[in-house]
Amino acid sequence: MILNASGCLDALTAPEVAREFDAFVTKTVTPLQREGNAPVRIAETDVGMLNSIGLANPGIDTFLADLLPRLLDLGPPVWVSVGGFAAAEYADLCARLERTDAAAIELNLSCPNVAAPEDEATAIVAAARAATGKPLFAKLSPALPDLPAVALAAAAAGADGLALVNTIRGLALDPATLRPRLGTAAGGLSGPALRPVALAAVHTCFRATGLPIVGMGGVETGAHALELIAAGASAVALGTVLFADPGAAARVREELAGEARQRGFADPLAARGVAHADLDGAPPGPVVRVADGARKRSAQVGLKV
Amino acid sequence: MLRPRGLLLPRPMSLCLAPPGELAFLIDPIGPGTESLCSLGVGEAIHVFGPLGNGFRLDVDRPLLVGGGIGIAPLPYLSERLGMPPALLGFRTSEHAAAAALVPRAEVVVEPALVTDLLPDDPGDVLACGPESMLRALAQLVPGAQLAWEAPMACGFGACYGCAVEVDGRMARLCVEGPVISARAEMTTEGGVALSVAACSSGRALARRGGGR
Repeated sequence: MILNASGCLDALTAPEVAREFDAFVTKTVTPLQREGNAPVRIAETDVGMLNSIGLANPGIDTFLADLLPRLLDLGPPVWVSVGGFAAAEYADLCARLERTDAAAIELNLSCPNVAAPEDEATAIVAAARAATGKPLFAKLSPALPDLPAVALAAAAAGADGLALVNTIRGLALDPATLRPRLGTAAGGLSGPALRPVALAAVHTCFRATGLPIVGMGGVETGAHALELIAAGASAVALGTVLFADPGAAARVREELAGEARQRGFADPLAARGVAHADLDGAPPGPVVRVADGARKRSAQVGLKV
Repeated sequence: MLRPRGLLLPRPMSLCLAPPGELAFLIDPIGPGTESLCSLGVGEAIHVFGPLGNGFRLDVDRPLLVGGGIGIAPLPYLSERLGMPPALLGFRTSEHAAAAALVPRAEVVVEPALVTDLLPDDPGDVLACGPESMLRALAQLVPGAQLAWEAPMACGFGACYGCAVEVDGRMARLCVEGPVISARAEMTTEGGVALSVAACSSGRALARRGGGR
């Protein structure tokens, strides 16, 4: 199952690109409209790309009235990414999505370009859980000091799955002036540099929680996608690669099937978690039991625990 | 968007000429991406994604093309489409001005003279591309002009939200709402001024249609 990373595709300006995905993930929606950060917003570096968009979006009212109906008409299931600055805001966003045909909700708990929410991730997940019966995915930052502990707490608070990873903060300087190239100085680093970071995050969170994981970070090829699945991902999302290759979804899907076959897996998901197998080949499996609710809701969007 | 080898992001380029079976781009090698594109040899493949965005409107009665530096890149094709209207081009040096040979009926100035010095009292329908300072001056002098702006851009199809500029007081993606925008709109760009410091070269990179990934 291949998704786009939130904020890396506008399905309404490029519907033919969006239709190639198994589900479309929206750019993060906040309670109020946000213009986003002042330019310059992007910079290419030797190892990846920095962005400082700042959650530009029209706000939940316009999103529900104008954008979501058109997104749902496109065909692929729509996952709505939501963001706020307090648990109550996330809860309100989830409650308003409850009566829509959104397939799932991604809680963006990790945007590096805006102020962090005042509440802990656990409190936000719990508030969101109380507000919705839809599948809930917690998108976490790989820069958290104890990521698996937060992932486990999110699971206990009611997350049905995890989205790993968001970008990590980076800085690029203009070589001539030695001043920051982005308007906000630092921004979120994505692309190839994020790949090993994402693998480590997926690996450790799969072991800690056993939850379905949408793995992302620097995926450019089917081989990259298969590695994330081996580390524990049950779906893979594409981000920065789309900017250079809008047709990446179909290409990566085909490459992924080939890479899996080549290694003797009947389908790519048969390779899920094999990075955790001990030297005798026995998979250790996750150490925790996944709650029945999470199991059921993840299955609704095609993700097996 | 043209994808340079060995780099993560493609580069936004306007179409310079389109003879049968070919697409031509005028590229100034000022950084890693443009240097990589200009190093392509004859017969090498390049990935081209486009056309994208909103170009110049061609329903004009008395076109006048205005270009500055490497900003003349879209004018040769535009001139062809509009039946070779008059053109005013400005360059930093006479060496850079060699690129004017690509634009028919061009009147050329070299700094310190400015292209706006050549502008007639009744300029007609101005279609312009060039440094931000030139576009701003034109916006004042010719409120009905069509101006092609620039901003750092990762994707060219509205996905990255990187090329944000302020149009009439709200943030807009230049790749979706532009890059050609009416001078009547109030534009604010910050940082999208790479062209204003770019030296112009007449190096012409030809790309074959339908190159591989």
